[in-house]
Amino acid sequence: MIINSRFFNRSELIGFISLALLLIVILPLTLDVFRLNLVAKYLTYAFVAIGLVLCWGYGGILSLGQGVFFGLGGYCMAMFLKLEASSVANTKIQSTPGIPDFMDWNQITALPLFWKPFHSFPFTLAAIILVPGIFAFIIGAAMFKRRVGGVYFAIITQAIAAILTILIVGQQGYTGGINGITDLRTLHGWDIRTDQAKFILYFVEVVLLFGCIVAAQFIRLTKLGRILVAMRDQEDRVRFSGYSVANFKIFAFCAAAVFAAIGGALFTLEVGFMSPSFVGIVPSIEMVIYTAVGGRMSIFGAVYGTLLVNFAKTSLSESFPQLWLFGLGALFIAVVLAFPNGLSGIWADYVQPHIDRLLASRKATWSNGSVADGAPAE
Amino acid sequence: MFGDYSLGDLGAILAMQGFAGLILFSVYVLMALGLAVIFGQMGVINMAHGEFMILGAYVTWMTSNAFQQYLPTLFPGYFFVAMILAFIASGSLGMLVEWGLIRHLYQRPLDTMLATWGLSLILQQAYRSVFGAREVGVELPDWMMGSWQATDSIQIPINGMFVMSLTILITIVVAYVLFWSGWGRQVRAVVQNRVMAGAVGINTERVDRYTFGLGCGIAGIAGSAFTMIGSTGPTAGQLYIVDTFLVVVFGGAASLFGTIASAFSISQTQSTLEFFLSGSMAKVITLLTIVAILMMRPQGLFTLKVRK
Repeated sequence: MIINSRFFNRSELIGFISLALLLIVILPLTLDVFRLNLVAKYLTYAFVAIGLVLCWGYGGILSLGQGVFFGLGGYCMAMFLKLEASSVANTKIQSTPGIPDFMDWNQITALPLFWKPFHSFPFTLAAIILVPGIFAFIIGAAMFKRRVGGVYFAIITQAIAAILTILIVGQQGYTGGINGITDLRTLHGWDIRTDQAKFILYFVEVVLLFGCIVAAQFIRLTKLGRILVAMRDQEDRVRFSGYSVANFKIFAFCAAAVFAAIGGALFTLEVGFMSPSFVGIVPSIEMVIYTAVGGRMSIFGAVYGTLLVNFAKTSLSESFPQLWLFGLGALFIAVVLAFPNGLSGIWADYVQPHIDRLLASRKATWSNGSVADGAPAE
Repeated sequence: MFGDYSLGDLGAILAMQGFAGLILFSVYVLMALGLAVIFGQMGVINMAHGEFMILGAYVTWMTSNAFQQYLPTLFPGYFFVAMILAFIASGSLGMLVEWGLIRHLYQRPLDTMLATWGLSLILQQAYRSVFGAREVGVELPDWMMGSWQATDSIQIPINGMFVMSLTILITIVVAYVLFWSGWGRQVRAVVQNRVMAGAVGINTERVDRYTFGLGCGIAGIAGSAFTMIGSTGPTAGQLYIVDTFLVVVFGGAASLFGTIASAFSISQTQSTLEFFLSGSMAKVITLLTIVAILMMRPQGLFTLKVRK
């Protein structure tokens, strides 16, 4: 990766480095493994939030169904892990050994066809990207080619989230139902439940997260990103200039879906199960609030927003379960009414000017100094 | 799937499922009417609509308790009082919300969705704190119990018929208010051209506020009717909200007739399928069909031809 002045400007570089310091040095040194695993769980949502920055903040497409892609990625990973966990040796007490336990409980005697390819790890990795990507492409192509956008698109994505949840819960024998796919143990024989594994997985996740941040930043800075912003603000003018608005929207939506899917797959690895409660309407709209709190235009803000909201959620719902929903509701309203650009907006309005002034005054003294130094030479 | 039933049985099943579908249809229409008024006339998505409905349901429940305790002789008629109270409670809360929240967001419809979702979370938790997490059910007066034996094999519950006639009445009233009253004319004028409507002396802000209040008030009545056929819990509103949005979008946002037609087709499809398949699959197939049709025809079934 090349960090040059064009790719990150100064404040973005500071943001990148401080986030890297926080995630790679400070948090692993200060938190115990349990808390670090919690952070890892929160960070999986940050993938979704970064996708939403591209799709919602830049493209102006509000998707209320990101849980669908998070879930699809997570379920692909969970199916692989579940098949590994239910080897014939592990499941010999079942009436049909070698199939996942919940299938056996539901009187299914053979592995369903769509489960079979998930024996292969390369296929699983490809499926984590491709299944949500293609699904998003189909939805996006159907909707954006017909110029459906705005609230209609939001409602349809919400309906799709509802449909997928009902389907997963209803088809218990094939999906594990409301409990989801649980009791995942090993990845290629490597036990993912030990503290050491959790530690390693955290770093793998952070590396992938920075990969996504760089990818998002790349999209943002290319012509593509500029067209997205132009499209959000004046869709007709972009169309009249000869760009295919629909294709750009489809791209943004697919990119967000793939980011969400990576997050979902990591979630399964970190937490050890996947269930429909991360797919439906409520989690999907909660993921939007992470982005909104961090600032819908800021990639780093999305990561901070996700961490903050989830910390608040865990600590508040542990001690005052009643207050949490009031707080979350108030957060939705406050972010929309008072701080439409979220934390990054507050930062840019109130903190950044001070830093700039500080840097500028230091630069001024330096330049004065150099003039003073140069003076005797004249 | 038809093999096990004789022709007469099938007829009775179809009739009874059809009637079950009609009750679902009534709930959909009552909820979707309020939503369609708000969305169609103002372009605002109210994600807290289900919570306004539940407010109506809780008001009905409190009224029925109050009547049981203090006016037992008048108990058979409590529902009519409860309905009016529900309308007033939900409607005034709606006007308050419009004043405090919605009117700042007319330029940002997507943000309205998020803000009203936040409102719905707050209301849900408020119901849970005030009324408890358990579902509550009202006691029906005697005349609403029982069912009407149409033929040997067809039974039609009376409360269902009551809810249906209520739905028809409310629909007629809403249509009258919007299309024949002076106030409705003002609403439509604001929808068609806000600036001109303001220029000829219509107070557009007040029209917005009352329109939102009317939509929420209808939701309150829907909640009131809802207590006749099911119990009420703090999160019951959320169960219906996606279905209702689809009803409104499927029907074509600005068309009252479209809303009713789509509520009818959706509820009938769902309740007929429910008999032959499991409930969840019936719902999945119904919703998938709607989404697929909406992808083909995003403007919905019935739309006004407008140039933008």
